[in-house]
Amino acid sequence: MPALLEADNLHAQYGGIKVLHGLHFAVETGGITTILGANGAGKTTTLRAVCGMVKTTGEVRFDGRRIDGKATEDIVRLGIAHTPEGRGTFVSLTVEENLKLGAYARRDRTSLARDFLRVYQYFPVLGERRRQQAGTLSGGEQQMLAVARALMSAPRLLLLDEPSLGLAPLVVKEIFRIVRSINREEGVSVLLVEQNAAMALELADHAYLLETGRVVVAGPAADLKKDDSIRRSYLGY
Amino acid sequence: MDIFIQQVVSGLATGGIYASLALALVMIYQATDVVNFAQGSMAMFSTYLAWTLLGAGLPYWATFGLTLVIAFVGGFLIERIVIRPVENAPILAIVIVTIGLLVILVSVAGWIYSYIQKPFPSPFPAKPIKIGNIVFGAHDLGAIGITLVILLLLFLFFRFTPLGLAMRAAAQDPTSSRLCGIRVSFMLGLGWGLAATFGAVAGMMVAPIVFLDPNMMGGIQIYAFAAATVGGFTSPLGAVVGGLLVGVTENLVGTYVRFIGTELKLTVALAMIIIVLLVKPSGLFGRATIKRV
Repeated sequence: MPALLEADNLHAQYGGIKVLHGLHFAVETGGITTILGANGAGKTTTLRAVCGMVKTTGEVRFDGRRIDGKATEDIVRLGIAHTPEGRGTFVSLTVEENLKLGAYARRDRTSLARDFLRVYQYFPVLGERRRQQAGTLSGGEQQMLAVARALMSAPRLLLLDEPSLGLAPLVVKEIFRIVRSINREEGVSVLLVEQNAAMALELADHAYLLETGRVVVAGPAADLKKDDSIRRSYLGY
Repeated sequence: MDIFIQQVVSGLATGGIYASLALALVMIYQATDVVNFAQGSMAMFSTYLAWTLLGAGLPYWATFGLTLVIAFVGGFLIERIVIRPVENAPILAIVIVTIGLLVILVSVAGWIYSYIQKPFPSPFPAKPIKIGNIVFGAHDLGAIGITLVILLLLFLFFRFTPLGLAMRAAAQDPTSSRLCGIRVSFMLGLGWGLAATFGAVAGMMVAPIVFLDPNMMGGIQIYAFAAATVGGFTSPLGAVVGGLLVGVTENLVGTYVRFIGTELKLTVALAMIIIVLLVKPSGLFGRATIKRV
């Protein structure tokens, strides 16, 4: 099967500072790919580059079509949902309004009510708090809201930026479990960026290891997990 | 007692006008996080356009509607042409740009139409309505009515339509909004367009009272700032309540506090701004956003 998302020779820069130096990576249709790396390796920038939020050169193809150089909102409308670093919660809007915004760009609004139910099934706590100001949610709940909002756009590809950041281990486990079932049951492909390598490799089928803006190791997640030298020198566990 | 009630009533009347301009201010603040100092002069300019249309022989309500449309397009274009280039500049720079816009609009209006005051018609009957000893101006009542209708429409729009929600989202967090597929720059333009429309309403309601001249909104803009501050810059309802409160307060203080009289009335508005900012900075109806860090 062809890849859903492919990047070829992807460079990115902020102002004059180059952050990505010619990445190649792919996300298979229906697959989960993870990008690992230390702080500052360029993980977040990679996701931002896919969504047209930074200046890039090189090629990014989604479903065979070039998306590099397009505006963020147009890329999103093709079926790519991005839960950004810091979760991007609309703090003064209610939980429900946040979710509605997730579905804003969708053309088929008929199944909207069903999607609300489905999202509340995945995240019962959001259902209980749907009239609450989103800024009053805990960190874990806001991360759930971010994933739920992404899901409301009925995406084909979900970009997750460090969903484990700053959360208690139990909450992280719960979120990863939900991401897995979204992937299996909804057929949503996932590109996951993480520092928590152990959990990410557990979830993913493909992995890339990033170091200062370059891919240094790539391969099936299972292989990376097994390779002791990679684990010790790059993943630190 | 009659004097008291009469002063309250005429305070409500002027307050209604402050309220509609305050609504426009709140509107832009909500949509773009910018306090627009040019709001009053945009309203003045729209009113001159209405005057031109009336002069060309158009009936009042056709002029009214057409002016609103022109004001909307004008507001949208001002955002595109003047505000967009400084969109990412610090807030102070944007405020200065709106002040520049104020000066330009006033001068251009003076250049085209001269600074001589012009009468502007009211759509409402000139005959006052009398209940007991209290006299209501028909124009005043009409102006308040129109302001309330606009407030209602605005509320319904922001609360219940996807577009209204998207506009609120775009104002609050542009980056996240883009990630939801919202065309943020278009939303900001819409916000300016809507605000210019309400401004035009305010202008056309003020002009019959103060006469049309390039500086006619100067004082009213300060009252509108007071109204928006009192009500809370984040609340359209607050803007209206604030407007009415400011109108009534300045009237009562002007009547009963001898040394203030009519000359120092404007000071009342400024004093109200300072008191509210000291006691309750978010205003009566404003919402202080809760943020978890």
